[in-house]
Amino acid sequence: MTGPTVSELDVLIGNKWKKPSLIKSDWLRWGLTLGALIYLVLAINSVEVSWSRVYEGLDRGAKFVKAFLNPDFTTRATDIREGMIESIIMTIAASVVGIAISIPIGLGAARNIAPLPVYLVCRSIIAVSRALQEIIVAILLVAIFGFGPLAGFLTLSFATIGFLSKLLAEEIESMDKVQAEAVKATGSRWSQWINYGVQPQVIPRLIGLSIYRVDINFRESAILGLVGAGGIGATLNTAFDRYEYDTAAAILLIIIVIVMVLEYLSGVIRARVQ
Amino acid sequence: MLKLDKLVKTYNTGDQALKSVELEIPQGQVLALIGPSGAGKSTLIRCINRLVEPTSGKVYLDGIELTTLGSGALRRERRRMGMIFQEYALVERLTVMENVLSGRLGYVGFWRSFLRRFPQSDVDNAYRLLDRVGLVHMADKRADELSGGQRQRVGICRALIQDPALLLVDEPTASLDPKTSRQIMRLIVELCSERGLAAIINIHDVALAKMFVQRIVGLESGAIVFDGVPDDLTPDMLTHIYGEEDWEATIEKVEDEEQEAAQ
Amino acid sequence: MVTHTQPDGSLKWTRRTTGERMVRWFGWLVGVAVFVYAWNTISQATTWFFVWDAPRIAGDIFGRATPPRWSYIDKLWGPIWDTLNIATLGTIISLFLAVPVAFLAARNTTPSKMFIRPIALLIIVSTRSINSLIWALLLIAIIGPGVFAGIVAIAIRSIGFCAKLLYEAIEEINETQVEAITATGGSRWQVMVYGIVPQILPAFAGIAVFRWDINIRESTVLGLVGAGGIGLQLSASLNVLAWPQVTLILLVILVAVVIGEWVSAKVRGAII
Ligand SMILES: Nc1ncnc2c1ncn2[C@@H]1O[C@H](COP(=O)(O)OP(=O)(O)OP(=O)(O)O)[C@@H](O)[C@H]1O
Ligand SMILES: [Mg+2]
Repeated sequence: MTGPTVSELDVLIGNKWKKPSLIKSDWLRWGLTLGALIYLVLAINSVEVSWSRVYEGLDRGAKFVKAFLNPDFTTRATDIREGMIESIIMTIAASVVGIAISIPIGLGAARNIAPLPVYLVCRSIIAVSRALQEIIVAILLVAIFGFGPLAGFLTLSFATIGFLSKLLAEEIESMDKVQAEAVKATGSRWSQWINYGVQPQVIPRLIGLSIYRVDINFRESAILGLVGAGGIGATLNTAFDRYEYDTAAAILLIIIVIVMVLEYLSGVIRARVQ
Repeated sequence: MLKLDKLVKTYNTGDQALKSVELEIPQGQVLALIGPSGAGKSTLIRCINRLVEPTSGKVYLDGIELTTLGSGALRRERRRMGMIFQEYALVERLTVMENVLSGRLGYVGFWRSFLRRFPQSDVDNAYRLLDRVGLVHMADKRADELSGGQRQRVGICRALIQDPALLLVDEPTASLDPKTSRQIMRLIVELCSERGLAAIINIHDVALAKMFVQRIVGLESGAIVFDGVPDDLTPDMLTHIYGEEDWEATIEKVEDEEQEAAQ
Repeated sequence: MVTHTQPDGSLKWTRRTTGERMVRWFGWLVGVAVFVYAWNTISQATTWFFVWDAPRIAGDIFGRATPPRWSYIDKLWGPIWDTLNIATLGTIISLFLAVPVAFLAARNTTPSKMFIRPIALLIIVSTRSINSLIWALLLIAIIGPGVFAGIVAIAIRSIGFCAKLLYEAIEEINETQVEAITATGGSRWQVMVYGIVPQILPAFAGIAVFRWDINIRESTVLGLVGAGGIGLQLSASLNVLAWPQVTLILLVILVAVVIGEWVSAKVRGAII
């Protein structure tokens, strides 16, 4: 082997090899590492942990674990049943309404099919809905509409809109243009174009996302009760307040099982529509 | 140096991929394994370094029986068998150099390899090998930035840096264009003779096999049906292995191409 | 797809058979009935008088909540710092716990499909199904209120989320790359570091940043139940109906969420 490569090789032989770093500049790399370290030290130091309190808590923690192994479904059976039913009802109603409203808003928020003014309006609705936490919306709505499941239902519907419309709009924006254009090229009206060109591509995904959202809505419905917006959360909160860990454990177990069932169902349904 | 004794592999699905294969390969011999798709070529190769566990039978490498080794001893013996894959099997998000050096994993402790602190002799060797295959300037590129032919060269370096006695090569050229295929085959055969390595090369392209190796073994439905020099591989024999086809035509066509390429 | 013979002898094409259509109609009917029932229940539990009065009350609150009390921001820097720490430290801890769980849950890396995998999956489902606010409630009952409870709540809640996405990424890796490393004679851990880790590293980084973004949101409200951060101020202000402070806090939360999303989008862009 003679030629220019020999000199290249000669230069390399005997030299240390180091993996090239992700961040090329040494300065930046060391700066970032140092910054991260300083942040971590400051952050950890600013957390006050009262270890004696934690130590006392271990006892209660053990009690809670025991409660999980031996949950009490019966003592507060009525409360649990009513709270659960209210949670489920809120989930169902909010999912139906939320999904129904997110479809037009999702269409409006897709730049490739909506005119600019509509696009901007729909995008801002989505932005507001996504920026506001469910629990904060619930607080405000409870202040306005009073305690009860209506506030919870409205909260979940509003959150569903932000979640679904955004993903739906992204799906439409990224869909196969050629296929949609082919339908447009046949000279069809806008509604027909949506119906034949857009819908078939987007529907399976929409169904998948909707089911996923039902799952999220149920999980969220479990906390809305903390601020008085209905559902099982109120019962759960009371159980914690009274240190009735076995009842709390029962409620949590029910939530986990329902979420598991929903996840299983969503897997089955998604497999069928795709 | 390598000896297969009544090697049988039956997959869980019930497929009998190997039916009592007997094969012996002397030091430094390069052997081409041909046969139709599903004949069991990949299975045979993988049973040797036990990426696939053989159902029964024995494999000896320089007198050491591989089939009964425990995991530590198996790893030590695997270092002596370099493997080259059809789809290159480079770890795509690592650099070329890391891919080559990964061939030394069997010799280097965990922390050294984790921190990329390989002995200088390994690094130098890696550079030499990369230079030998003409890729030394690519050493710090990520493997997924390379072309197919280049990746396969890196794959060859990874196998050779193990300092193996035997190369197990599974369809090295099946994902490459005809010209690159020939270059890669030539490279493998040259390197084997330079270093006195034995090799088993699975290959679909009979013409290519005949061009480069001294011994060809034909596998059909998990059994060896041919074992001889390339000249013995007559069209009749090929029909026996592969089924009916116009063999003369394909072979001549490829030879024409080769002449064209040489001009 | 079915064809019917029309009275005039021509063939009519419909997409579904009569039976399928019946099932569909029945499905819709049940769906509508369930929805109507749900709505009725909600409506019965609602005091409609308040609802009719809602526009006035909303206007009233809005009037009282504006303008925000800007000077209150001085009291918020500490809680903002705490909120950031809850999200960041919580995410870091959860990643340390999620990685082993993910490897135990992935079909191709679990030591035992029969025993260990189901346990790992159970950890994933149970930590995921329970909202971080509930985890916070639970932890406050156990270890007392404060930032620490918030960190642990976020950490536990995130395990399932991160481990689920990560184990899906592990199950999708290219097995021949792993085999190639195995074939060189590398040990189990070397195969892990050279064959598996590089393949899942981008997914891991994406998941970490994604979850950090979500955790910024969640940590802003943990204080509502007493687990530290800016939510404590929110809850205190709500209790005394100090609406101008509430407005300011909501604005701060909004800004935090937007910054969090922006940072995570930037970092993800840089990695992938
Ligand atoms: N992991 C596996 N599980 C079950 N059966 C397998 C497995 N791998 C291979 N087989 C079966 O074993 C037989 C031999 O397969 P093998 O991959 O060794 O063939 P091959 O000669 O390498 O074919 P090709 O030229 O297409 O690569 C086939 O019938 C195949 O279906
Ligand atoms: Mg094969």
